[in-house]
Amino acid sequence: MKRQRQRLDTGARIDRSQRLGFRFNGKSYEGFAGDTLASALLANGVRLVGRSFKFHRPRGIYSAGMEEPNALVQLGKGAASEPNLRATQVELFDGLEAASVNCWPSVKFDVWALNDRVSSMLPAGFYYKTFMWPKSFWHRYEKVIRKGAGLGIAPQAPDHNIYDKRHQHCDVLVVGGGPAGISAALAAGRAGARVILVDEQAELGGALLGNGERIEARSGVDWTLGARAELDDMAEVRVLTRTTAFGYYDQNYVLMVERVNDHLGAPAGTLRQRLWKIRAAQVVLATGAIERPMVFANNDRPGVMLAGAAQTYINRYGAKPGNRAALYVNNDCAYRAALDLVEAGIRVEAVIDVRANPTGEAVAAVRERGIDVLAHHAVGGTLGSKRLRGIEVLALNDKGDGFAGDIRRLRCDLLCLSGGWNPTVHLFSQSGGKLDFDEKQACFVPGEARQAVSAAGAANGVFALQGCLAGGTAAGREAAQKAGFEEPGAPAALPFSPPEADPLNPVWRLPPVSKGEMRFVDLHNDVTVSDIELAAREGYGAVEHLKRYTTTGMGPDQGRTGNMHALAILADIKGVSIPEVGTTTFRPPYAPVPYGVMAGRDVGVLTDPVRMTAIHGWHERSGAVFDDVGHWKRPWYYPRPGENMAAAVRRECVAARDGVALLDASTLGKIDIHGPDAAEFLNRIYTNSWSKLAVGRCRYGLMLGEDGMVMDDGVTTRLGETHYFMTTTTGGAARVMAWMEDWLQCEWPDLKVFLTSVSEQWATLSLSGPNARRLLSELAEGVDLSVQAFPHMSVRDGRVAGIDARIFRVSFTGELGYEVSVATSYGLALWQAFLRVGENYDLTPIGTEALHVLRAEKGYIAVGHDTDGTVTPGDLGMDWIVSTKKDFLGRRSLARADCVRPDRKHFVGLLPEARVPEGAQIVDEPRRRPPMKMIGHVTSCYDSATLGRPIALAMVAGGRERMGETVTIPLTMEGRVVKAEIVSPVFYDAQGERLNV
Amino acid sequence: MKKNKRYSIFSLARNARSYHENWAEAWRSPEPKPSYDAIIVGGGGHGLATAYYLAKEHGITNVAVVEKGPIGLGNTGRNTTVIRSNYLWDESAAIYELSLKLYEGLSQDLNFNIMLSQRGLISLAHNQHDMREMERRVNAIRLNGIDSEMLTLDQIREMVPILNLSPTSRYPVIGGSLQRRGGIARHDAVAWGLARAADDRGVDILQHTEVTGFRIQSGRIEGVETSRGFIAAPKVGVAVAGHSSVLAGMAGFRMPIQSRPLQALVSEPLKPIFNTVLMSATVHVYLSQSDRGELVMGAGTDGYNSYAQRGSPMILEDMLAAAVELFPIFSRVKMMRQWGGIVDICPDASPIVGKTPISGLFFNCGWGTGGFKAIPGSGFVFAHTLAQGEPHEFAAPFSLDRFTTGALIDEHGASGVAH
Amino acid sequence: MLQIPCPHCGPRDEVEFSCGGEAHIARPKESDALSDAEWADYLFMRANPKGVLAERWCHTLGCRRWFNVERDTVSHEILRVYPMGEPRGGGSGA
Repeated sequence: MKRQRQRLDTGARIDRSQRLGFRFNGKSYEGFAGDTLASALLANGVRLVGRSFKFHRPRGIYSAGMEEPNALVQLGKGAASEPNLRATQVELFDGLEAASVNCWPSVKFDVWALNDRVSSMLPAGFYYKTFMWPKSFWHRYEKVIRKGAGLGIAPQAPDHNIYDKRHQHCDVLVVGGGPAGISAALAAGRAGARVILVDEQAELGGALLGNGERIEARSGVDWTLGARAELDDMAEVRVLTRTTAFGYYDQNYVLMVERVNDHLGAPAGTLRQRLWKIRAAQVVLATGAIERPMVFANNDRPGVMLAGAAQTYINRYGAKPGNRAALYVNNDCAYRAALDLVEAGIRVEAVIDVRANPTGEAVAAVRERGIDVLAHHAVGGTLGSKRLRGIEVLALNDKGDGFAGDIRRLRCDLLCLSGGWNPTVHLFSQSGGKLDFDEKQACFVPGEARQAVSAAGAANGVFALQGCLAGGTAAGREAAQKAGFEEPGAPAALPFSPPEADPLNPVWRLPPVSKGEMRFVDLHNDVTVSDIELAAREGYGAVEHLKRYTTTGMGPDQGRTGNMHALAILADIKGVSIPEVGTTTFRPPYAPVPYGVMAGRDVGVLTDPVRMTAIHGWHERSGAVFDDVGHWKRPWYYPRPGENMAAAVRRECVAARDGVALLDASTLGKIDIHGPDAAEFLNRIYTNSWSKLAVGRCRYGLMLGEDGMVMDDGVTTRLGETHYFMTTTTGGAARVMAWMEDWLQCEWPDLKVFLTSVSEQWATLSLSGPNARRLLSELAEGVDLSVQAFPHMSVRDGRVAGIDARIFRVSFTGELGYEVSVATSYGLALWQAFLRVGENYDLTPIGTEALHVLRAEKGYIAVGHDTDGTVTPGDLGMDWIVSTKKDFLGRRSLARADCVRPDRKHFVGLLPEARVPEGAQIVDEPRRRPPMKMIGHVTSCYDSATLGRPIALAMVAGGRERMGETVTIPLTMEGRVVKAEIVSPVFYDAQGERLNV
Repeated sequence: MKKNKRYSIFSLARNARSYHENWAEAWRSPEPKPSYDAIIVGGGGHGLATAYYLAKEHGITNVAVVEKGPIGLGNTGRNTTVIRSNYLWDESAAIYELSLKLYEGLSQDLNFNIMLSQRGLISLAHNQHDMREMERRVNAIRLNGIDSEMLTLDQIREMVPILNLSPTSRYPVIGGSLQRRGGIARHDAVAWGLARAADDRGVDILQHTEVTGFRIQSGRIEGVETSRGFIAAPKVGVAVAGHSSVLAGMAGFRMPIQSRPLQALVSEPLKPIFNTVLMSATVHVYLSQSDRGELVMGAGTDGYNSYAQRGSPMILEDMLAAAVELFPIFSRVKMMRQWGGIVDICPDASPIVGKTPISGLFFNCGWGTGGFKAIPGSGFVFAHTLAQGEPHEFAAPFSLDRFTTGALIDEHGASGVAH
Repeated sequence: MLQIPCPHCGPRDEVEFSCGGEAHIARPKESDALSDAEWADYLFMRANPKGVLAERWCHTLGCRRWFNVERDTVSHEILRVYPMGEPRGGGSGA
């Protein structure tokens, strides 16, 4: 293990007593508690941490935060592996393992760096201009391109952590826990508002943790700790650290990710991250600002770093990012960083400032320390490759837009850049707020808000500490007030005027010292100044085109350090102002969000709710094979040992035809309909008439959409004068309920009808077969089952196996049948009672497949199986059920031109030579090769045990007029052709004699 | 000096020597003429393709494409780039297959690499109902002469080894289908390539020119009012997905269209892990990996009308839960960008291409969630419709009139996602 | 995620609701008197403004009651909530 040779001996927010061992690119290192992976690497003197996306150029740590474009790592292994994390955000834990992404075989020697050698052939959008010949070769080129692209690797195993979600309401949500955010939370909290303060870092403090500034004679860190203590004492205030607000949606709905235990290595099985869904009355955005770099040739060497980041590594982490430094700036702010560098024992060679005559306080302080200030100078290039060895400095010409004089070389291993600051306006923009351009500071700041949101501190373009404190307090107080809370006797907020400082001079681009040198704007995606110039030249000068053509800002860092330069350079080329070029709309997420945390617990068995009947456990124990029908699990068939599906289904069908079968029909939709206008309501909902149905009788009904197409069907029973009981298909239950409520509430509010869904209140067991009555009679009490007393299509109340039951004499199999409904909690008891008594009758449980065979033999349609939303009652040959004497939903549509075409597809039976897959297409004139004109398709097809042959139901154009004709079913997947004869869809017991026994 | 127009590896090498400083504009930015033979409203893929084929197939080059912003930034630049032609009904199969065939030669035709990647498109079946629908679809597609095949579980496992094929998952995969010629293409390149090629044939592409009204005289179109003044034309074709109802309103008629947000997202780039396009209607997600390595994903539309190009995050939660359920190893992969498009939804999930109540005014809209794959085919038949004044035979079934006759072309099952 | 003020239950997240599309479409009483085109107008033609839309929402996972909403389709702002049967644009909004 190596010594931390770049570590300062004292100071900073790290705990030197807690040593943490970690591995990076296969080598062992040591850091301290409080480190990030980046700070620990810097403390160990590691400079080369990654390779760039396109040219695979060597890169080092560039920032100290989420804006990091270079230091992307793959963390962990196997199930704990996570790609593309920023080393600057990974908190160090003992045993951490990380590796650079996008390099092969290693970060030191990366063969893909060949791209850098031929970079002149690879300008922005080069792939649009080549790889077109020969045509068939693109997929080969593509393979290579794909291998070279991408960053980290997908994890190799399913995630071993879990994720959670929480919903929360609050009066004031404060995003960002720096000086402005803390002040806002304090002010709102003191007023009594329910406040949530979130910050993405491990502790509150924001910039105060890194910049060494003082507040009221205390260090910024001490002030923060005091504020945290006060916030923790407020009952209505919740502080969430390690939490990133990433999405700002309608009506102040904000999504955030809390990283619960990533900093502890997220052991297997633990809760790793939590999604917070916040609905806030008011939001204060104190999201800070991100420093801009300066752009020049080869500005990407490891050792080139943002000035504020260098300062943070020293002050917060006690890690020296270099030993011999230079700074390249256009503003006063970075001069303070120069002083901190000196303080840390780093030799500062010079501060290179593009401004002609910097005179601010900090500038004077730097000069006092004897540091060279090269005003009106610029950096023209850098030396070194895998680490920075020096820089080339040139004087600027009089206009400041080009170089004058000779190159002067400075030796250094650290170059700190400061090109001003960009307020972090992402969430404000996501909220729909407009952005204004601040000319003086050359940045976009929040403008007019569209939701209940305000911004404070650096996020609002106020960079001075006093301004952040005052602005935060004012914003917090105002937000609380708007939410209805006011602090009695709160002192008036102090007016704040920014301190005088020399304005920055944004020199966005300078010509290259020698042609062809790369000046990177977007370090992550390797987009250069020349790329932007090329895009503009070729007409991709709209900001959105520029982004897409050059890919600037499209990487995981979202171009946080480069977007402003890209815009400004484009504006410069076009000769317009930056706001005229415009900015792109920021969209969620502010920071990348793991899929897992968005999915939460809704995976695996909880992907969707599972609906199970009361008898489900029995089905499972009995070896049922299930089919998913909507959310329901329905037994498909019950294979006995050694039995395949065909044999099981045949056995089940035979039982129903020759003996007696038992089906769990509990999934049927059931709707209780009450009210004096119930019959009239049914008249409007169903195609047939309900006025004359007697109490105690059942009737089949067909339901159409307003477009005339069959939507659902089922049996409805009149239980009393004003009381009906409707059944629907399993899959259609919820839709039918919603459909009827819609019409009742919105169109027919005058009808006195009440609907109650009772699908889950009743367990329904269906007995069918010649022995059904005999079996039932052994268990039924208080009901006369005789054919005279209890005819087909009627209902009786009684007791079955001692359980109160509603018995319907209905059938979907064509056999004598009873559907016995009992309270769901008695469903299993009834099932078991049937089985017990059924032993004498060889009672056979059957699944949905057997039911389908039996109903198909009878030519009964299954809605959604034989129909597909394009079928009218006429198509089904069911005109007999369509009343001509009343209006009903869908009626008028049936008269439209297309619905009365004679060549519409008709529902018919087929006698195929062999069983064919359901969905198989039907043709009249088979040809050796497609295309072939299709005239319909097979909707249902089974091997009928009853008929001893395959049967099918189908939709065939003009089919009813073609009885007895032969059609062809070409099965091109299987390379065979099956002939079939068109017949009536009723294959069995056409007279219905078996029902009326 | 004539700048280099043609793209090739040689021109790229030649230009490298001059630091790429001599490339020509991909398309001009001309001033609008007072009149054109035809105006296309909408500079998305469909509008640009229409202009291109008007010039190429019908020799009508005095054409303007009028676009309120920069071209290609509506749904053309906001989709998940999936291309396929596996549609159920004959009418749909014809137009989408025409489109796929045109796509197959488009890079060479336009001399602009649209990076068509025919890596195959797999649809998953999770229950018997899915299987039945899939058999029906695959059989119909094959008999229409279009490639499609059923897949066994083993075939699916071989093609997508990272897919969750556990029989105990909530919705176990029980089968699937494949269109091998399906795949993805680079969406921006389609718009840019069409614009460049149309411009090359003389079409004026008028960006930042917003249509504010139609000039209609005695039921005939005379031209369009724009933010840059009136532009006359005897024929106007409108292809403004998302905003079709608004434009129809300007012309004084209603459309059977609803504008809905359709959301999509991409992950951070990953090394190649997944080499097909995969969709599941039951688990509600479709997914591919771009050449840059991003996982590109979409799901259903939001449940309300919107012109905001954003939707509700619950859609994303559902989409990502579905993705993790199908691909458990993606749990730690991160969503990087998310956006919404505004799609035109028709009651039957099929487009409207053809005449309107205004003579000389034609509409091309209602492509719903599947417009990108239709771009060249749609442009081809719409160009014919504009040129001849009568619908192309492939466009005829997609007339506005079908909502009156009832001859709808119900493709709700085709999108692979819930509407 | 819209926040929709259900007139019966108070403000709730969109996830509890379903949208029924354009409001105030009355079902024609004498549909036989309508031409196919007029019937198609009722069946399929829908307002789809870029701006304020009067639409129906149902609190499906709450009280299951339908009500009318005026909502801006660009800002998603909900301007007014009013009961079924009340005409658009007037009355006292919730």
